[in-house]
Amino acid sequence: MDYNKRLDGRDFDELRPMEAKAGVIKKADGSAYFRMGNTVAYAAVYGPREMFPKFMQNPKKGVLRCNYNMMPFSGAGERVRPGPGRRSKEISAVTDKALGAVVDLIDSPNAVVDVYIELPQTDAGSRCCGINAAAIALADAGIPMRDLVSAVAVGHAGNKICVDLDYQEEHLPEFLEGLDDHDVADIPVAIIPSTGEISLLQMDGIVPKEVLMKALHKAKDAAMKVNEVQRAALREKFASHIAENGNSDSDNSYNENGYSNDADATAQEDTDGI
Amino acid sequence: MAIIDQESKKHVKESLIKGVRYDGRKKDEFRPIEIRTGFLTTAEGSAHVKCGETEVIAGVKMAMEKPYADTPDQGILMVGAELLPFSNPKYESGPPDAVAIEVARVIDRGIRESKSLDNKRLCIKAGEKVWTINVDICPLNDDGNLIDIGSMAAVAAILNARFPCVENDKVNYKKKTDEPVPIHRIPIAITVIKIGSNLIVDPTELEEQALDARLTVTTIDDGRLCSIQKGGMGTLSIEEIDKMIDLAVHKSSEIRKLIKQE
Repeated sequence: MDYNKRLDGRDFDELRPMEAKAGVIKKADGSAYFRMGNTVAYAAVYGPREMFPKFMQNPKKGVLRCNYNMMPFSGAGERVRPGPGRRSKEISAVTDKALGAVVDLIDSPNAVVDVYIELPQTDAGSRCCGINAAAIALADAGIPMRDLVSAVAVGHAGNKICVDLDYQEEHLPEFLEGLDDHDVADIPVAIIPSTGEISLLQMDGIVPKEVLMKALHKAKDAAMKVNEVQRAALREKFASHIAENGNSDSDNSYNENGYSNDADATAQEDTDGI
Repeated sequence: MAIIDQESKKHVKESLIKGVRYDGRKKDEFRPIEIRTGFLTTAEGSAHVKCGETEVIAGVKMAMEKPYADTPDQGILMVGAELLPFSNPKYESGPPDAVAIEVARVIDRGIRESKSLDNKRLCIKAGEKVWTINVDICPLNDDGNLIDIGSMAAVAAILNARFPCVENDKVNYKKKTDEPVPIHRIPIAITVIKIGSNLIVDPTELEEQALDARLTVTTIDDGRLCSIQKGGMGTLSIEEIDKMIDLAVHKSSEIRKLIKQE
């Protein structure tokens, strides 16, 4: 049989529910939280700052250094050993390239922009979720970029192209009995929304070329929806910043000495009734 | 050295504008390839691939081990690659860096995802003992395109491998059987690089340094794709990806013939 209804009831073009917030890690220069279904990623950006070790410095422009890490309790099965394994190092490298395509560090020679991506919970699509969080965090940090990067994993399972695979769909033959086609393909893609260029593309699984090309077009459409969520998170942060702190011109609650306007009144009350 | 590299990179790009690769090859032309197999006495299977100046050897070692808990009746395939400092002065001793890890993992995935190996036939006793097939790729000289050439060597070594004899439940590495590894497909990895608007295959080290982006496409015998990896700091349009895949599929059938001949 074919895969006619997705395990979680979504349409084949439908992404999992997404949530994003910018500025969630106060110590960082920029940060973000991004959720796609049950996959959750935090990203924190530190930089531009001096690059160590010094031999990695580039005198012509700043360097982007991404670090992807799964927290030990974040995997679907057993505990994930802490520390950078080979898989994490490879994902960090492809994330560098996915984001490096939009970042412009020509004004920060010898500096590094460190991007840390940490996942407390994963349900497939973790590298894409990490890239989505990192893009918001870079913007939050004010790093010069020509656009955000929006990523999503599309897949081919049970003869259908599915957008934003979850763990069960990645392993569909284990979860759906009687499936005709056991070849499941997992295709993470990162897109630059304004031009449609692809900055990350990987694929595992067996597909004919036509299926891959169709999947790429679907990924492009889905990435636009991710992009809306990213932009909304940034707008929300900067809009609320202005609402909370206001314009210094119109803030009347401070007197000219820097104290709250009713400070004198309070002092007088305290001296009564001694 | 740095100044020479800059000039060379410029030369590579400018020659390409005129439609010529600096070594005179066509954009879709591989360097001359030589493949030798079965020359190592200590390995169950071996292959030596020379492509231009890039030389890689791959060796297969087999052992009987406990299977993984979640696949008790399946054998295990592991493909590793180390970028050895003696093959290129830019590699340093020590644990593999991201570049080395990517080469190893891309080659491993290309072979693993092709599902070419009949893992169940490697089972000796379900839950207790299965054959593990370890393929290790060691570059002798790195002049570019390690992924493709490493992958060719790995596949050729697997095809060359024969199971060792088992006597009294122990492997006797000094005696080999006639039994080949149960492999029914030949996965071939082809890396296409983009320099400006040019798409070229089999880059030399210099061409790799000048690339904007690269796409490694691994295919199986019927032309279907089983693994893809995009690399490089540049981006690719969907149209470029389309062309790169076509080029990779086309070249893979030539390379597959060479490996089958061995």
